[in-house]
Amino acid sequence: MNNPPENDQLSIAKYLRQDRLPHIWCAACGIGPALNCFLRAIDKSGLNPDKMSVVSGIGCSGRVAGYVKLDSFHTTHGRAIPFATGLRLANPELKAVVFSGDGDLVAIGGNHLIHAARRNIDMTVICINNFNYGMTGGQVGPTAPYDVRTSTTPYGNFESAFNLPLLLFASGASYIARWTVVHLHQLENTIVEALLKPGFSFVEVISPCPAVYGRMNKEPDGLDSLKNYVKRSIIKNGADPRETEITQNGPIVVGKFVDIIRPTLQENLAKVAAKAKKPSTK
Amino acid sequence: MTSKLVGIESSLAVSEAVKLANVDVIAAYPITPQTHIVESLAEMVANGDLDAEYIPVESEHSAMSACLGSSAVGARTFTSTASQGLILMHEVLLVAASLRLPIVMAVANRALSGPLNIWGDHSDAMITRDSGWIQIFVENGQQAFDQTLCAFRIAEHKDVLLPTIINIDGFHISHVIEPIYFLDQQTVNEFLPPYKHPYALDPDTPVTIGCFAGPNLYTESMKALDSALRESKKVILETWQKFGEITGRQYKPVEKYKTENADTILITMGSYSENAMMTIDKMQSEGKKVGLVRLRLWRPFPYEEIVEAISGVKNVIVLDRAISLGGPAPVCSEIRAALYATEKKPQIVSIVGGLGGRDISPADFITIVELGIEKIKSGKTEETIMFGVRE
Repeated sequence: MNNPPENDQLSIAKYLRQDRLPHIWCAACGIGPALNCFLRAIDKSGLNPDKMSVVSGIGCSGRVAGYVKLDSFHTTHGRAIPFATGLRLANPELKAVVFSGDGDLVAIGGNHLIHAARRNIDMTVICINNFNYGMTGGQVGPTAPYDVRTSTTPYGNFESAFNLPLLLFASGASYIARWTVVHLHQLENTIVEALLKPGFSFVEVISPCPAVYGRMNKEPDGLDSLKNYVKRSIIKNGADPRETEITQNGPIVVGKFVDIIRPTLQENLAKVAAKAKKPSTK
Repeated sequence: MTSKLVGIESSLAVSEAVKLANVDVIAAYPITPQTHIVESLAEMVANGDLDAEYIPVESEHSAMSACLGSSAVGARTFTSTASQGLILMHEVLLVAASLRLPIVMAVANRALSGPLNIWGDHSDAMITRDSGWIQIFVENGQQAFDQTLCAFRIAEHKDVLLPTIINIDGFHISHVIEPIYFLDQQTVNEFLPPYKHPYALDPDTPVTIGCFAGPNLYTESMKALDSALRESKKVILETWQKFGEITGRQYKPVEKYKTENADTILITMGSYSENAMMTIDKMQSEGKKVGLVRLRLWRPFPYEEIVEAISGVKNVIVLDRAISLGGPAPVCSEIRAALYATEKKPQIVSIVGGLGGRDISPADFITIVELGIEKIKSGKTEETIMFGVRE
């Protein structure tokens, strides 16, 4: 990655820790473009970057916390959401953004994901989904579609994948969207909306992993995956989350699926606290 | 017996040993630097070369939990992990030992967070010290292969029935390609008979395991577990004896290297022992009276053997690849305790080094010995030396 000029106010340079670059991501990895969209979305959202924290777990996407020049926390594997929960509740002024990968958020940390959505805690989760554990060499994970090849399923995956929008919908998230990294403008605008949305917002970003997942699934070049996304993507805002399952070669439904109003954890907490503080009637 | 010499990555040699052991179940989660072990096992299962179930679980906690289940029904069970993965397993590790389930696990030793570090040291093994697992350290790929096979025979022995960890230094051993002697299937079959747990879960003869124990039973359970672990040494010695007869490769809980006439002994554990041996050769050729003791068996701790190996010498320098924050380094601490009751106590110095993948070269070992002797001369042996630290 070429370092963007520091003085370019329109660029994302001001949000990157230049001393941590170059990053570790492979050529044609999708995490970079997704991070770019997030950083641009910060400006667009009008939120104060000084009041924004970024929490990541372990894995390739987990490196984001180390690259952004915001309050950031690189946590242990799977625990980004509970860290962010503590941070958010203890310092309500801070906006909490969890930026991590599918292995981290959905596998080892899957329990935290559904409970955070259930609580509807005011938090934005950006989940890079590349269908495998990229950093450790492309093993099968819970987002790998049935029959895809991974380093631990060389003849095809025998398990079924999570349909993340459906999982998050059933768990109670207020805002759910999905884009691939060829939908950069939509992704950027969606992240703006997600950041401004009260309650739990979840943005799934379908991303190439050319070095391992792509190599094993006939998309050895990142560009192969991008072309594939263009071919397979169907934009369907408001789609029923039951129709958003991703299969090996089937359509990838993208768009904003859920945008509802539910009391947030913080609001409900305040209500109960007010009740508890009521003077005794005796 | 036929024995084939193969150039292979140590991780893959471990997988080969697991395959030769004909395991029934492997449940694992990827983590550096262990991943190659389970990745190659997944491939063997997928290729039909190994008739086993491979369970790709969603975390290490689930991996060890699945291992408990499969071991409890009497299936030969293997997993592998490292570092954060091992400590995420912790809750279940202790249960595996107390339920007497002979799971075998290869740990590609790696530093613990934080700061996040993927390189090797012994922090993960040390923090697992009191979990009730048998723990064996190896120094190279051949030993990793050998000890993986031995581990099944030790763990599953009816007088032991305890889970066993083979500690394989992350990267320094796991990722190194070495010439390794493999054993043929028939030899392994004779060495490692089919496994049958005497109290396996079986609908025809129902048993309940993992039940509640109040204050009236908990102490007795712990005593039974502790006795079993201590007494497992007999079976460990028998197993290594038998393995030596078959292969000619001898293993002992404490291994001495050129300690005759030494008045200073360096103690190491794991892969650094090989560098240390080169250093001892060099120092002895220069007329220095230095020898090496390598600790192979970490749990149960071989008190008698360590006392036999080092009592009577003047100086002992113990190199730990883990730090016990706020206390003495773990290996040195055990050695001091073992020597306390002996009459001819050596002066013992604790050195901590090689943390988070930092190399210790043969030349560094000379410095380590010199620093140790200097410390003893200064009379301040209670102070731990952090080797190579920039302050």
